[in-house]
Amino acid sequence: MAISDTVRHRGAADRLRDLLPKLVLSPSVALVGIFVYGFILFTLYLSFTDSRILPSFGWVGWQNYGFLFRIRAWDTALTNLVIFGTLYIVICCLLGLLLAIFLDQRIRAEGFIRTIYLYPMALSFIVTGVAWKWFLDPGIGVEAVVRGWGFESFTFDWIKDSDMAIYTIVIAAVWQTSGFVMAMFLAGLRGIDSEMLRAAEIDGASTMALYRRIVIPQLRPAFMSAFVVLAHMAIKSYDLVIALTNGGPGTATEVPATFMYSYTFTRNQMGIGASSAVIMMLTIAAIIVPYLWSELREKK
Amino acid sequence: MGFLDIDRVTKSFGGLKVLHETDISVEEGEFLVLVGPSGCGKSTLLNMIAGLEEVSSGQIVINGRSMNGVKPADRNIAMVFQSYALYPNMTVRGNISFGMEMHGIPKKEREKKIAEVAELLQISQLLDRKPGQLSGGQRQRVAMGRALTRDPDVFLFDEPLSNLDAKLRVDMRTEIKKLHQKLGTTIVYVTHDQIEALTLSTRIAVMYGGYVQQIGTPQEIYDNPANLFVAGFMGSPSMNLFPARIVSANGAPAAEISLSDGRSAVLPFAGRDGTGEEGREITLGIRPEAITEPDGADRKSRAVHVVDSRVEITEPAGSDIFVVTQMGGKDVTARFSADVPVKPGEDFQFAINMEKAVAFDPKTEARII
Ligand SMILES: Nc1ncnc2c1ncn2[C@@H]1O[C@H](COP(=O)(O)OP(=O)(O)OP(=O)(O)O)[C@@H](O)[C@H]1O
Ligand SMILES: [Mg+2]
Repeated sequence: MAISDTVRHRGAADRLRDLLPKLVLSPSVALVGIFVYGFILFTLYLSFTDSRILPSFGWVGWQNYGFLFRIRAWDTALTNLVIFGTLYIVICCLLGLLLAIFLDQRIRAEGFIRTIYLYPMALSFIVTGVAWKWFLDPGIGVEAVVRGWGFESFTFDWIKDSDMAIYTIVIAAVWQTSGFVMAMFLAGLRGIDSEMLRAAEIDGASTMALYRRIVIPQLRPAFMSAFVVLAHMAIKSYDLVIALTNGGPGTATEVPATFMYSYTFTRNQMGIGASSAVIMMLTIAAIIVPYLWSELREKK
Repeated sequence: MGFLDIDRVTKSFGGLKVLHETDISVEEGEFLVLVGPSGCGKSTLLNMIAGLEEVSSGQIVINGRSMNGVKPADRNIAMVFQSYALYPNMTVRGNISFGMEMHGIPKKEREKKIAEVAELLQISQLLDRKPGQLSGGQRQRVAMGRALTRDPDVFLFDEPLSNLDAKLRVDMRTEIKKLHQKLGTTIVYVTHDQIEALTLSTRIAVMYGGYVQQIGTPQEIYDNPANLFVAGFMGSPSMNLFPARIVSANGAPAAEISLSDGRSAVLPFAGRDGTGEEGREITLGIRPEAITEPDGADRKSRAVHVVDSRVEITEPAGSDIFVVTQMGGKDVTARFSADVPVKPGEDFQFAINMEKAVAFDPKTEARII
């Protein structure tokens, strides 16, 4: 009797122990399920409805998507995304790689310099945006300072120029992220076998040839990760644009995320806003899914 | 002056002296093996020959040219590394050809050389694979192939076989030896495996604690170790080293050793006269193959002495059987032929060939006899 009692007891305790992790995790699983995946599905549904200021459920099929691609601002947003995304990714990768190679030369005070490069990453994009907004403002920023030094004809007013404003966003975003990319590349560089570098030295490889033929090709995984991180940051970039130019001058620096926000919440075109959100999500998925797929496949 | 001269070379890292003044002169076509325990400075010496490390003082001369300040790529040397150090992003062909490309050799010539080397090392069918798709032994061959394309003055090997399994290691050892005989290039080869050292080399430098302890042919090192360290390090199973005392027997020096049951035996050294050192404590060194059953003793030797001692353990090893007994208070291994009926716990006759015996000062560890 007593024996079977303890057995039953232990059985219950064991079951509780097995269940505990699931119990603890289930609220967050539920929350993620509702607020991430649930709302993704909801947005997807809304993009096929005639929602305006509030969600409504009148099915209109692909109509919103049709409208979306006929709106000039969306066109600008896509063009800007291509310009911004390409420049941002390319410059960040090049600059990050250069900084990493520079830091890899066993220079002194490396830890200090590395920290300095990484610090911008610790700021929020809002802070970066505001700081660069002042910095680039012709009235108080670089232009004013250089003119103050006596170079009266110096002009640097890209932020006020609708053709050039998008490049100021590139500058600020690169400033913020290239240190992070550098850290990724530096980790990759440090992972390269030192005997291999010695072998290359004996083979007579110049520094250029060493990096071009041997080191950089081995950084492929770091490039992949950097690309994926930067690409999705580019596509969903919102706060930096809002803080730096607020989409202006005019709609010159509109990007898909600011477009989505303004159509959904200020212009009472929730259906069209939702469809633009879906397009953004599909773009990100188009980048991340192949990446995850190749990563997970390699693990096997 | 040799072909490769290591001339009063030292090496310090900061305040730490890892290689004390070293002089080694290597003739053209020699196969010099640097052997010693981990951390004794073998790789450091090799890297200085390669130019991967600067010498702290002294100089290295290859083929009459002082190498101080000469870059590794301009020394006309080739090196094979322990981890093979192949470039993972290039094919085998790319790996072999890279060094030639960097030296500006035209494509035609490169192709020809690659084919030649691949043929020699039997890796022709692997040329288009990546290193990641090769076995350890194949990678080893590719690493050697890369070195071979250079027609170097000196080949440097840093423990090239230590990542291979036992069987493959023996095979590759034979192949490296064949290669040396075919090409006749000077080789400096680092290992901590004394068997590799004995089988491969034409000359061995035994290193320990940043000093070269002894340089000589494998035979010299094996038969005439300069000190206690070399005696204990070289040979497998290792040399028996046990305490003894010098006495005079018929006017010639002899070693008095104590046996297991309180008896002692007097073993005259062969062909040596006059001592004046009676009573001196020594460490006697006798290799296992110089202690045999009486029938197996070397018939040409003029100094075989038979002692009775108790057998403690027997370790059959195929054609031989290793028999452990006590002499001078230490375990001593003897090598009997396998058909001798020895049993642990019984007394047996051990024939000691004193022609092969050596003696060391227990304090200074230097060779006395
Ligand atoms: N870059 C360095 N800085 C400081 N000390 C070093 C450096 N390289 C080697 N040493 C020291 O020099 C000594 C000799 O090193 P070395 O690599 O030559 O040993 P080794 O004989 O090749 O040993 P192993 O068989 O383990 O490869 C070691 O004590 C090591 O700690
Ligand atoms: Mg070493």
